[in-house]
Amino acid sequence: MTFPVLTALVVVPILGALITALVPSDRTAKLTAIAASLVTLALTVVAALQFELGGPLYQLTEQVSWIAPFGLYWSLGLSGISLALIALTAVATPVVLGAMWNEADGSGRSVKAFYALVLVLQAMTVGAFLSTDVLLFYILFEAMLIPMYFLIGLYGGDKRQYAAMKFLLYNLFGGLVMLAAVIGLYLQAPAGQRSFLLADLVALDIDSTTQGWLFLGFMIAFAIKAPLWPLHTWLPDAATEATPSQAAYLSGVVDKVGTFGMVALVLPLFPDASRTFAPVVVTLAVISIIYGGLVAIGQTDVKRIIAFSSISHFGVIVLGIFALTSQATTGATFYMVSHGLSTGALFLVAGFMIARRGSRQLADYGGLQKPAPILAGFLLVAGLSGLAMPGLATFVSEFMVLVGTFSRYQVAAAIATFGIVLSALYILIMYQRTMTGPTTPETENTPDLRGREVVIVAPLFVLMIALGVAPSVVLDPVDDATQQTLDEVGVTDPEPVFAVEGGEE
Amino acid sequence: MIVLQEFTQPEFDLGAIVPIIATFAAAVIGVGVDAFAPARRRAIVHVSMAVVALTVSLAWAIAAVGDAPVTTFNGALAIDGPTVFAQAAIAIFTLLSVLVYTERSLDPAGDAFTPAGASMPGSEVERVLTLQRVRQTEVYPLTMFAAAGMMMFVASNDLLTMFVALEVLSLPLYLLSSLSRRKRLLSHEAGLKYFLLGAFASAFFLYGSSLVYGATGSLNFTEIDAGISSRVGVDSLLLVGTGMIAVGLLFKISAVPFQFWTPDVYQGAPTPVTGFMAAATKTAAVIALMRVFYVALGGLVEDWTVLLWVIAAVTMVLGSVLALTQTDVKRMLAYSSIAHAGFLLVGLVSADEAGTAAVLFYLLAYGLATVGAFACVTLVRDAAGEATHLSAWAGLGRRSPVLASVFALFLLSFAGIPLTSGFVGKLVVFSAAFDSGEWVLVLIALLSSAIAAFFYVRVIVLMFFADPAEGGATVGVPSAGTTAVITATALLTVLLGVVPGPVLELASMAAEFVR
Repeated sequence: MTFPVLTALVVVPILGALITALVPSDRTAKLTAIAASLVTLALTVVAALQFELGGPLYQLTEQVSWIAPFGLYWSLGLSGISLALIALTAVATPVVLGAMWNEADGSGRSVKAFYALVLVLQAMTVGAFLSTDVLLFYILFEAMLIPMYFLIGLYGGDKRQYAAMKFLLYNLFGGLVMLAAVIGLYLQAPAGQRSFLLADLVALDIDSTTQGWLFLGFMIAFAIKAPLWPLHTWLPDAATEATPSQAAYLSGVVDKVGTFGMVALVLPLFPDASRTFAPVVVTLAVISIIYGGLVAIGQTDVKRIIAFSSISHFGVIVLGIFALTSQATTGATFYMVSHGLSTGALFLVAGFMIARRGSRQLADYGGLQKPAPILAGFLLVAGLSGLAMPGLATFVSEFMVLVGTFSRYQVAAAIATFGIVLSALYILIMYQRTMTGPTTPETENTPDLRGREVVIVAPLFVLMIALGVAPSVVLDPVDDATQQTLDEVGVTDPEPVFAVEGGEE
Repeated sequence: MIVLQEFTQPEFDLGAIVPIIATFAAAVIGVGVDAFAPARRRAIVHVSMAVVALTVSLAWAIAAVGDAPVTTFNGALAIDGPTVFAQAAIAIFTLLSVLVYTERSLDPAGDAFTPAGASMPGSEVERVLTLQRVRQTEVYPLTMFAAAGMMMFVASNDLLTMFVALEVLSLPLYLLSSLSRRKRLLSHEAGLKYFLLGAFASAFFLYGSSLVYGATGSLNFTEIDAGISSRVGVDSLLLVGTGMIAVGLLFKISAVPFQFWTPDVYQGAPTPVTGFMAAATKTAAVIALMRVFYVALGGLVEDWTVLLWVIAAVTMVLGSVLALTQTDVKRMLAYSSIAHAGFLLVGLVSADEAGTAAVLFYLLAYGLATVGAFACVTLVRDAAGEATHLSAWAGLGRRSPVLASVFALFLLSFAGIPLTSGFVGKLVVFSAAFDSGEWVLVLIALLSSAIAAFFYVRVIVLMFFADPAEGGATVGVPSAGTTAVITATALLTVLLGVVPGPVLELASMAAEFVR
C-alpha cells in the first residue's frame, strides 16, 4: 500500500495541534506548531512531485467508507486546482504562525490554543480542498467555522465578540442552506444507490429546474464565504477585529474554500444551472468589484481598506470562474493563489505597522518611510501586488480573467477593468497617507522592520515575484483541471471576433 | 346483550418483556428497601439495584434488536424494533441519571434532593432534617417506576395499556419534580404545574381513546387499524378522538402549543431529574406517538401528517425564537428541548422506515447530550445552590476550561455542528423528510437550526469571550458518578458524530413497527 499522502496532509496539522496544546511552555508550543506546518509543507511538495500533468482530474485518490449507511466516504483526490490551493495553504501557514508570534502575548488568553487553533483550521481547509465527497466537503466547510470563530472571538480587537458572532451566523446560515442542497442532491439518485461521492453525483442526470434550486443552495453558501456582494458584510468586521495574521489567513487562505467550491463543485455538479445563471453571477461579481473598490477608497482604517479591497478581488475571481472560458477560469484559479499571497502580505505588513503605532487609523500615520524605509518598501510592493502591477503574479491572473471574460461578456469585462483604476487609487492613497509626507512627533521614532519580521514575510514576496515571472508553474496544472471541468459543463470558448492573420488553421 | 365468547388463554411471553420486568422489580423491591433497610445503607442498595436492573434491561434490549417482532399479553404489548431500541435508550438515560443522583460532594448540605418533600420550605423541620443530614432515598424507586413505565409505554399496543403506562411514568415524575433541595418553592410550583397540566393532558388522551373506541369498536391498535380501513366516509368521532390522543402525547414531548409547562418544570425540578425527564420522557413519548399514528391510525395518514406538519413547523420556530430571550440556562435548555421536539416531529412526518430509523438515532443522540448538559449545569454553583442565571456563567471558560469546553460540545451538538452526534441526527432526519417530499418543512427546520445556533453560540461567547463577573459562579469538583456521566456522554456525543455507522445500522434494523 502506498503512503496516503493526502490523508497525511490533513492528519499532520491535527496531530501538530494536539501536541501544541499539550507541550509545557508557550515558546515550545509556538515552535512545535511551526515545525508541524513545515512538515505539512514538505508533504505538499511530495504530493506535488507525484502529481502528473495531463493525468486524470483527480490523482493520488484515497477512498475509505466512513458512514456506510448513507454513503459518506473519506474520499480525497488531488486536482490541479486543489494542488495550487494546498500549496498556497502550506506556504501561508508557517508564515502566519511566525507573524502571530507576539499577538497573543499579554492578552491573558492561552497562547497554545491560539497556535493549535490555526493548525486545526489548516487541517480543515486542506481537507476541504482535497475532498471528493460532497458531504465530507460540507462537514469540513462547516466545522472550520469553529476554530476561526474562536480565533476572532478570543484574540481579536475591541469589537471581537460582535465580529465573531456576525462571522459565525452568516457562514452558519449559508452552510445550513447548503446542507439542504446537499441532501436534495443526494436524494436525486435512486434509493439503494445513493452516495455523496462527487463522481457519483456528477454522473447524475438532474432536470434543470432542480439543478437551479440546488445551484442556488450551494452558491449562497459559497457567495457568503467568498464573499460576494451583497453577502459580504461580515468580512470587513471579521478581518478588522481579527489580529492581522488571522485576517491574512482568513481572507488569504480560508475564504478561498468558497471560490474553490464554485469551481470544483458547482460547475461540474450543476452544469446546466451554471450556464443559465452565469450572467446573474457575473453581474454580482462586477458589482462586487466596483463596490468593494469604491468603499475601500472611503475607508480611514487600514485593515478595512484591505478588507474591502479583498471583496473587490473576490469579485474578480468569481467573475473569472463564471465567465466560463478556459482563460478566465484558469486565470481566476491562479488569482486565488496570487490574491492569497498579496492580501496575506498586505495584512501582515500592515499588521507590523499597526503594532508599532497601536492604531489602525490612516490619520495617525505619516512620513513613515523616513524612519522605517524597509517597512515602507514592503508595504509598497504588497500594495503594488494588490493593484496588479505587471511583473507580479496578480497581474498575470487579473489580466487572464479580464481577457477571458471579454471574449464572452464584453460589457462586464469593460466595467471590471475600472476595478484596477480603483485599486490603484485606494492602495496609493493608503501608501501616501502612511508613508509619505512629513513625520509627526508620534511617528518619527518608528522602529523599522526587524530581521525576524523580514524573514517571515519574505517567502510571500518571493513567490509573488517568482509567479509573476514564471506563472506556468501554477498555470499548467490548473489549466489541466479547468479544461476538464469546463468540458463537463459543456461550454467551449467563443470564437475570437478577429482571427489572427497567419494564425493556426 | 352480552355475547359470551370462547375463552382462549392469552399468551404471556415473559422472555420478551425482561427489560420491563427487571426495572419494575427494582422499583417494587426499592419500596421495601426504603421501608426496612437501615437509613445509612439505603442509598447504596438502591443504586446497586438500579444499576443491576438497568444493565440487565439494556443488555436484553440490545440483544433483542433484530429479533422477530412479537405481540404478547393478548396483543397488549408489542415487542418490536422501536420498542427494544427505545427501551435500551431509556435504560441508558436512567442509568446515567441515577449516577448523577448520587452526587453528594457539590452541595455542602448533601445531594440535590430535599430531605423531606412534605416539610414547609424554610421551616424548622426542614432545617433540623438538613442538619441531621437526613437523606431522601425515595427518589431511586420513583425514578425506577418512571423508567419502567416508559419501557412499558413504548411497548403498549392498545390504548388502555398505553394509558396505564402513561400514568405509571407520569406520577413519579410529578413527585420528583418537586423534591429539589434548593429553590424549593420553585420546585413545588414545578411539581404542581406539571401535575395539573399533565393530568389534564392524560384526560384528553383518555377521552380521545374512548372516542376512537366508539368509532372503531376496539382499543387494540391492530383492530383499530382494521376498523379504520373498513369505514366509509369521514368519521368525525374518529378524527376528534385522534386529535385528543395526539394532544395527550404531544404534551409529553413538549410540542407547541402544549409546551407551556416545559420551561417552568425544567427550571424548578432538581437538575438531575430534569436531565432524566428531558431525555427519557421524550424518547418514550415520541415512540408511543409513532406507534399510535403508524400502527393504529395508519389509515388516517393523510389527516395526521397535516397536523404533525403544522405542529412540527410551529414547534421548531417558536422553540428556537423563544429560547433567544432566555436568561436562565435551564430555561434555555427547556426551550431547546421544545425546538428539538419539533425536529423530531419532522422525522415523524416522513412516516416511513427511514424516518423511524432517523428518529431513533436522533432520540439517542439528543438524550445523551441532554443528560450530559444538565449534569454540567449541576456543577456551576454559588452560595444559593446552582447558579443557573446566564450572567453567572460569564468567563467560565477561563476558570474551568474543561467544563466549559464539554458544555460547549453539548451545545454544538444541539446546534447540529458537524462531527457531533447532533449533526448526524439532523442529517438523517432531514434527509428522510426530504425524501418524502417534505422539502418545505426541511427548509423551515434548517432556518430554525440557524436561529437556534444563535442562542447556543451566545452561551459559548459568554463562557469563553466575556470576562468573569464579580461574584460569579464557581465550579464544584464532582464525585466519580457525575464525572463518569459527563465523560461518557461527551465521548458518545463525539463518537456518534464521527463514527455513527454502527448505531445507524442498529436503528435501521429496529425501524419496523409490528402490526
